Amino acid sequence: MSALSRDEVAHVAMLARIQLTDAELDRLAGQLDQIVGFVATVGEIAADDTPPMSHPLPLENVTREDVVRPSLTPEQALAAAPKAQAERFAVPRILDED
Amino acid sequence: MTDYTRMTAAEIAAALASGDTTSVEVTQAHLDRIADVDGDIHAFLQVDAEGALAAAKAVDDARAAGEQLGALAGVPIAVKDILATKGLETTAGSKILEGWIPPYDATVVSKLRAAGMPILGKTNMDEFAMGSSTEHSAYGPTRNPWDPERIPGGSGGGSAAAVAAFEAPLAIGTDTGGSIRQPASVTGTVGTKPTYGGVSRYGIIALASSLDQAGPCTRSVLDAALLHEVIGGHDVMDSTSIDAPVPPVVEAARRGDVSGMKIGVIKGISGEGFQPGVKQLFDESVQLLVDRGASVVEVECPSFEKGLAAYYLIMPSEASSNLARYDAMRYGLRVGPEGVDSPSAEQVMAATREAGFGDEVKRRVILGTYALSAGYYDAYYGQAQKVRTLIARDFAAAYEKVDVLVTPTAPTTAFKLGEKLDDPMAMYLNDVATIPANLAGVPGMSIPNGLAAEDGLPSGFQILAPATKDERLYEVAAALEAALHDKWGAPILAQAPALAGKAAG
Repeated sequence: MSALSRDEVAHVAMLARIQLTDAELDRLAGQLDQIVGFVATVGEIAADDTPPMSHPLPLENVTREDVVRPSLTPEQALAAAPKAQAERFAVPRILDED
Repeated sequence: MTDYTRMTAAEIAAALASGDTTSVEVTQAHLDRIADVDGDIHAFLQVDAEGALAAAKAVDDARAAGEQLGALAGVPIAVKDILATKGLETTAGSKILEGWIPPYDATVVSKLRAAGMPILGKTNMDEFAMGSSTEHSAYGPTRNPWDPERIPGGSGGGSAAAVAAFEAPLAIGTDTGGSIRQPASVTGTVGTKPTYGGVSRYGIIALASSLDQAGPCTRSVLDAALLHEVIGGHDVMDSTSIDAPVPPVVEAARRGDVSGMKIGVIKGISGEGFQPGVKQLFDESVQLLVDRGASVVEVECPSFEKGLAAYYLIMPSEASSNLARYDAMRYGLRVGPEGVDSPSAEQVMAATREAGFGDEVKRRVILGTYALSAGYYDAYYGQAQKVRTLIARDFAAAYEKVDVLVTPTAPTTAFKLGEKLDDPMAMYLNDVATIPANLAGVPGMSIPNGLAAEDGLPSGFQILAPATKDERLYEVAAALEAALHDKWGAPILAQAPALAGKAAG
């Protein structure tokens, strides 16, 4: 089945915040369509009453005492930042100009 | 002169304990070997000679001072580049993390340091552990020491190749769908994926959090057990870590007894699509276990055939979420979009991820985003989670009848570099036998079980045990390893071709 069009791949890539070139779109769209056709076969065997399993272990909430512990200094936390200013991460604008 | 690079970790540990050598001498021997052959193999992304030798000297000094040391103290090790190493560049094989120096160690790395194990360097891998061949590394592929024109498996091809090429006696890998076991299979090494939660994931760069598991890459079953005991155990920094003692794996590896054990052969996982030579070696290995007192039971695991499809929905879905952190804001690469004077954070993010991620990562992140998107969630991700339940039920039913399950680890021996690079589906099929263990969280191990008749390349034998019963892997693997060594007269790697190294110019 053809599940995933080139336009849909472009749309999903935008949702995933990945800019794609036209050549990449051409290549990935065909491959992803084939992969989606394959993975869609999961729908063939699981009955409606089968419970979903998200994790191999029973998960428990883990809490810790609310005490001050050693952690990274501001210098360590910012050391790998692309840009830092006044002990803060400097990021591109997040609001539209208008 | 003793060639320390040809010794197992257990042999090196014994030589260190008896004072026959020093950790500095052994570590230097491995650094020399890396300098000699890694130009041909490219198992390492970073070699930390200075750090390794300093750690080696520290452990030698401690031993001289009469301090109580661990079983592997002084034995050098290589670490997959997906584990954070304080002060040592960690990239996960990606350009987006090029130059990142972690300010902390992964728990596994802390444990290696505490055990006095010098870290030789960081090994190559498929970008963010996505791949079965190490061709998806942003820093170029690793080559298989058995044939440099072939892949070393993936995603932990660097760790497996380092061990197979005698550049390191031990290495750490991570296994999300087979990334320790499949490289072990195609390089003639031993690879173990412990029970999910048996080894801390803190500080391991996340691919798919419900599947990822770190484990040992070694040349012998006993070495794997010794390393498993060093890195295993509960960690308060990882909420998915099992709060129970490490299973008695070293004791089991030393015992290596299968008499009275029931071995389950999974119908359908060892037949169609498997290379004839791989299938033949598998059947011979099962017979060796029978000769040593085990009985064989054929078991049905009908949902396993859908495991691959379920995996390639769950893993990309979790990856798309985990890799959202590479947003160019706090660390890693930042790229401004071309022709935009004052780009927004969103534009910078998209341009950075375009420039920083390779094809396979883009494919899987987009696939995961699609599977999790409104309108498709139930049909894809939700259904895949149900298949996961069915696979766990298959395992539970099988373990009511048998002690362990066995399969060939990979369908084929090492394929040629480039052969499957443009065909993602063909690449994904490599993981068909290893994936069910990750989906269910059970432990698995691959040990070398011979050279396939048609190409003379290594094949792997996979053992799968119930969750938290890791010691059974070692018990069966050690028995088979002993039987195979009797047959061959030496470990399989003794038959690997010599690498030309620097002498070849």
